[in-house]
Amino acid sequence: MIGIFKSMYITFATMMRKPVTIEYPAKHRDVPQRDRAFPILLWDKDVVEPFCTGCHACERACPVECMTVTMKDNPLHADDKSKRRKIVDEFWIDYGRCMRCNICVEVCNFEAIAMNNTWAGHELSKFDRNDLVLDLDQLLAQHKQGKIDEWVAE
Amino acid sequence: MVQEQQLETVDINVNMGPQHPSTHGVFRMVLTIDGERVVDVEPHIGYMHRGAEKLSENMDYRAAIGFQDRTDYLAQFLNEQAYCMAVEKLLELAVPERTEYIRVILCELNRITSHFMFLGAFGIDLGYFGTSFTYGFRERERIQDIFEEVTGERMMYGYFRPGGLAWDVPDNFVQMIRDVLPHARQGLNDLDVLMTQNEIVAARTKGIGAMSAEDSVNWGLSGPMLRAAGIDWDLRKDKPYSIYDRFDYDIPVGSHGDVFDRYLVRLEEARQSIRIVEQALDQLPDGPIMPEKMPRRLRGPEAEVYAAVEGPRGEYGIYIVSKGGDKPYRLKIRPPSFCNLSALRDMTVGNYVADAVAILGSIDIVLCDVDR
Repeated sequence: MIGIFKSMYITFATMMRKPVTIEYPAKHRDVPQRDRAFPILLWDKDVVEPFCTGCHACERACPVECMTVTMKDNPLHADDKSKRRKIVDEFWIDYGRCMRCNICVEVCNFEAIAMNNTWAGHELSKFDRNDLVLDLDQLLAQHKQGKIDEWVAE
Repeated sequence: MVQEQQLETVDINVNMGPQHPSTHGVFRMVLTIDGERVVDVEPHIGYMHRGAEKLSENMDYRAAIGFQDRTDYLAQFLNEQAYCMAVEKLLELAVPERTEYIRVILCELNRITSHFMFLGAFGIDLGYFGTSFTYGFRERERIQDIFEEVTGERMMYGYFRPGGLAWDVPDNFVQMIRDVLPHARQGLNDLDVLMTQNEIVAARTKGIGAMSAEDSVNWGLSGPMLRAAGIDWDLRKDKPYSIYDRFDYDIPVGSHGDVFDRYLVRLEEARQSIRIVEQALDQLPDGPIMPEKMPRRLRGPEAEVYAAVEGPRGEYGIYIVSKGGDKPYRLKIRPPSFCNLSALRDMTVGNYVADAVAILGSIDIVLCDVDR
């Protein structure tokens, strides 16, 4: 019987504590800087083109094969505006398959891909599965508009 | 005239699971019951089978890390640790000092979160609905936030790499953990008062599902299940791996091997983990996190290796057969939940149906670990 009263005491003592929960859809907690949502591509603002050269390194390393990359000759390189001889032509990532392991970011030689560390990378539910396959423009959009302070480990 | 009828009773089969709240996932057992008593149990597993071993065989040694998180999803760091240890043994990589300490800190914090999860879910199994669960989860969430801060993920960390870590911990790592540990200790004390001294919990658990020490060994149990039966066997002490021989901690041992002892052993184990974390934080050295001579592509020699860690559920082992190349020829996982679950029939038969739930809860199974 004493044990039950002691339990009741714990319960009442807890009622005095501050709540630790957040009313989620209305409020969002801060995500950490290293937050790994889904991979996005980064935009080189100086040269006005993506960092990605379409070298297939991430595509080959991806454990779940969620990426498709193609490469083309860089038109800006011919005009001497860019040092990149090759540039990404098309890039698709299937967010439905991605398991967010960060391996694509690690193998990238050009720091052209990063994990989305904002709330925009979460809450991506869609009604159609095909909407989760993002193309190059969609993948670049976040960084192009300066919405992301990307974090890539050295 | 009323004819005298010969009344007969028959045993009936009751299907429990796979969609049952107290089977901890998609575990199905067919109970044969005689009134309230369980006469026979037939477990059915495999609903969660994804072929984690086969998937890992098709990946190179680095890419397969992602699948190790997804076997025992409550002790991800410990799975990664076992896998990395096996690969390091195979490739003969020397792990830097700092990495070892960070691994131990994260593994022990992971053990605490796993035991919080057990303490919470165990309360639900006993009909303590919601109370212990919310208490356990509140404290677990604080530690979970540290993992998120360090690795960037909430569940599937993918943080350890063969030879080291994916990246270094943030600058405020030590302070973050020091802030959280008092909360964890307080949470364990709260749960201790809520459950250990509670007469109802004692009545539901004491003397239920007892396994003798001899039976436990014969069934190949490990972890808290084995220690509750009174056998002092912990891989951290008895086959020291990593740097566990540098810390001062005790291995809690039970005496009866019943549901109550298993609960007590886990509660005390979480407290000992806090002690290990505190000592490791004091000793945490600076330095590199990856070995100096790290090969760019991990290619193993022709060899067989086995590495095991003491997970929160028992011995979690990885056995790798390599025939050269960058992929394992065969990768076998020794899942603690599966081996512990095999003793379910011995423990359950003869008890009430309600006790079957308590016994299953005390094994603390993770179905992704059982089915892989």
